[in-house]
Amino acid sequence: MVEFNLPANSKVGVGKTINAANGAKRAKSFKIYRWTPDDGQNPRVDTYIVDLDKFGPMVLDAIIYIKNNIDSTLTFRRSCREGICGSCAMNIDGLNTLACLKAIEDIKGDVKIYPLPHMPVVKDLVPDLKHIYAQLASIKPWLQTQSPAPSRERLQSPEDRAKLDGLYECILCFCCSTSCPSYWWNGDRYLGPSILLQAYRWIVDSRDEMTGERLDNLEDPFRLYRCHTIMNCTKACPKGLNPAKAIAEIKKLMVQRR
Amino acid sequence: MAANLSKKSLRSPLAEARGLGSAKHGTEHWWHQRVTAIALVPLTIWFVFGVIRHLGADHAAFVAWMKSPFSAVMMALTAAVTFHHAQSGLQVVIEDYVHNELAKVLSILAVKFVCYALAAACVFSVLKISFGA
Repeated sequence: MVEFNLPANSKVGVGKTINAANGAKRAKSFKIYRWTPDDGQNPRVDTYIVDLDKFGPMVLDAIIYIKNNIDSTLTFRRSCREGICGSCAMNIDGLNTLACLKAIEDIKGDVKIYPLPHMPVVKDLVPDLKHIYAQLASIKPWLQTQSPAPSRERLQSPEDRAKLDGLYECILCFCCSTSCPSYWWNGDRYLGPSILLQAYRWIVDSRDEMTGERLDNLEDPFRLYRCHTIMNCTKACPKGLNPAKAIAEIKKLMVQRR
Repeated sequence: MAANLSKKSLRSPLAEARGLGSAKHGTEHWWHQRVTAIALVPLTIWFVFGVIRHLGADHAAFVAWMKSPFSAVMMALTAAVTFHHAQSGLQVVIEDYVHNELAKVLSILAVKFVCYALAAACVFSVLKISFGA
């Protein structure tokens, strides 16, 4: 059944508070989920009170500052710090988003930071993405053809190219999938919004010749039809994409080919 | 999510993700849910207005209403479509939330039996009023 309570070893406790603001005028509290597999302890929420004048405007700037200057054990993923790599996806102020694109000044009160919801945690803010990457591989996100390879590039009209807009921009941060209750309850079989958006990106690509096989592979009560248009995915996407619409388009094609 | 995945499995992540493969169905179920939902819009409006029109009416007035061929057909359709829609919707809810395979199959079967039994009882009642008694 659905679990509405956390298992005993996942109950989140209160951790330490470190005041590093030294009476600064612009002090702000960051409450950050901490868990390490090494000490056998339950997760806890540590509080870091910091001076906003010491670092840049984004949440990622704050946690990099905390790691560099206050607590080097704080663990998180980050790379490009400008919203194109998707590494720093986490749950900030109750919404999944990219820490590098989330401005601290947009958050009222304490800044609460948790890992992406309902994923196994490797450490602190680092979720285990093994399964969702395998799901991505399962839809074969690359061009597949039957006809022999051409001697030049495969042509595509500007109109057909335009169909990929709103799809190719996805950076696979998985903010959408991990905000989806259907993915929480049935993520073992349901592909989730991010993977279905990727699937649609290849279904709608005019150069791909395996459209029917791709649809066959998705036609399943769990892989596709666990989507109940809850729309959390579209609300969460930090790139402003619409995975719910991509899923609806797949469902339309499923009916169209009957 | 992790709850459904065997934590200590030695299978590769891709084997877990591919699982038993695609069931190659689900579209009919989804489409029928939409079609029955659309059908229920006029049927429900007819039913609600019919009942409101007979507020305070006696048994004989109700029987007279149900005896007319149009009312009988509409009532039979309303019952059949309502319960068909209900069982297909409840099946989705059970699939969402019940993860024990045996409990899932048993509860879906129970829902279907109850819904179709109620639909049959309704249709029989309509026919009995129309043709007999």
